[in-house]
Amino acid sequence: MLSINNLHVSIGEKEIIKGLSLDIPAGEVHAIMGPNGAGKSTLSYTLSGRSGYDVTEGSATLNGEDLLGLDPSERAAKGVFLSFQYPLEIPGVPTLTFIRAALNAQRKARGEAESTAPQFLKLAREAAAKLKIDFEMLKRPLNVGFSGGEKKRMEILQMAILEPKLLILDETDSGLDIDALRIVSEGVNAMRAPDRAMLVITHYQRLLDYIKPDRVHVLAGGRIVASGGPELALELEANGYDQYAQAAA
Amino acid sequence: MSLVKAIQTRDASALPGRRDEAWRYSDLKGVLRAIPDASPAAAAPASAPPLAEVVADNEIVVVNGRSTVMRFVASAGAPRTLRLRVVASAEHTAHSGLLALELPDGSDLTLIETYEGSGSGYVSDFGLAISMGEGARLERIVLLDEPADAVSVSQAEVELSATSAFRQTVIASGARLQRHETHVRHPGGGAEARLDGLYILEAKRHTDLTTVLTHAAPDGTTTQLTKGLVKDQARGVFQGKIVVEEGADRTDARMGHHALLLNDGAEVDAKPELEIYADDVSCAHGNTVGSIDEDALFYIRSRGIPEAEARALLMEAFVGEVVDRIEHEPARDAVRAWVADRLRGLS
Repeated sequence: MLSINNLHVSIGEKEIIKGLSLDIPAGEVHAIMGPNGAGKSTLSYTLSGRSGYDVTEGSATLNGEDLLGLDPSERAAKGVFLSFQYPLEIPGVPTLTFIRAALNAQRKARGEAESTAPQFLKLAREAAAKLKIDFEMLKRPLNVGFSGGEKKRMEILQMAILEPKLLILDETDSGLDIDALRIVSEGVNAMRAPDRAMLVITHYQRLLDYIKPDRVHVLAGGRIVASGGPELALELEANGYDQYAQAAA
Repeated sequence: MSLVKAIQTRDASALPGRRDEAWRYSDLKGVLRAIPDASPAAAAPASAPPLAEVVADNEIVVVNGRSTVMRFVASAGAPRTLRLRVVASAEHTAHSGLLALELPDGSDLTLIETYEGSGSGYVSDFGLAISMGEGARLERIVLLDEPADAVSVSQAEVELSATSAFRQTVIASGARLQRHETHVRHPGGGAEARLDGLYILEAKRHTDLTTVLTHAAPDGTTTQLTKGLVKDQARGVFQGKIVVEEGADRTDARMGHHALLLNDGAEVDAKPELEIYADDVSCAHGNTVGSIDEDALFYIRSRGIPEAEARALLMEAFVGEVVDRIEHEPARDAVRAWVADRLRGLS
């Protein structure tokens, strides 16, 4: 489903991703682990189209369609969703208004009918109930004054409503206590589907106790230096990243 | 030194310019080399006024400075709405006008004051004298919706009384040179003033929102929030001055001005001033000029909203805070619609 081939990415003059290749088949969850500065966030921003991340070589396709030539909103309409490590506060825009605008913009881009207000409210109510989000909260401006856990839940809520094909979770566990982590992880696990792929980016193994990956990759020095099953995450937790940092150097 | 004097005497040397401190950023003298001929009398326009959705109990129309009404006294009792429509129907001519507005004790008025023009290159000056009785309440919504090549100056002198409330929102889209001044004499004694502003500028438009508010006695409250969006080579000017005179203790005054520059070349000049001669006061001001938050913009785009729409969303949210403070609901809705329309043109 997601296919990345020999990707090179620079920020300014500095090359951060140096020939990364990765395939995630539909229905699978892959984890990317790596030390700080390995290029984890660069990879998630590059896939979602943030400006300032220059792809100098290589390709990334979703279901065979090129992603890298599209702007962020077009990628979203194709099914890419990045769950931010630090979700932004959007003052003055009620959460419901924002999510509906996003849903309808995506539908419009795909040539689908827009969601009417009653349809959308039903969808939002159901999704909020599953994530134990108080519906009243969705009338407040998106993320403004929300706790870390609430912001992450809002990310999952958006995912549940927008139904993306490719989920990229960038350090979703950061800033979460155990209870919030469990609720968020349950939300993510509920999104698992045969026609959906997930890329879970994390520094710590802890998140992978809750979101079980099919494959684990180690990112160091801008490349994938090791791949394996879930046991690789446990090994990293025990032995650290040092051996891979040396391999990458 | 004033535009009205220059128009009346047809003497351009009476114009204020950038060498005058109060006109530093709005160089009237530099813009107007000569005073044009006097505007002829003209008929009131057949078109609907700006903010036409707001239903008014009374209407005063001023065309090229002329009106059948020179003084309006609000009726006491139930809240009323007055529409004041200041129209220029002029081609390269100049005019000035005046109106006195009196609010008796306990009266409650919403003033919908709009400035518009047909024709081109006109020069307009309009003055409003407002006096408020005890316990009177006035919400003044001013919309400056004028042609790009107009020169337009308007000023209001406001006298509050104890326990009265004056609330104002000025919405400006600029002109060749547009300036709106509000001077408020604040008697304290529980009286409150709100002086809000909003400017949305593009092309080479210029607007100048100037306020001077003087707290003359204890226990007065003032809040002020002005926001601006400036694009292209447009220029926004905010001059906000709050004076707290000696003895005006327990004055509470807050001033905020925040603007976004939408591209290089856009300009905002801000001069917030607090002059405090009393000891026991609570005064604060905040002033920021920045650009659209690129992180927020990317976040919104990553959810599927195209860039132009994402920018419009952020801009609408930014100025929405000022619109939300308008208390008169039909006026608030009408202003919101006007702003949304203007923003669509901007993004």
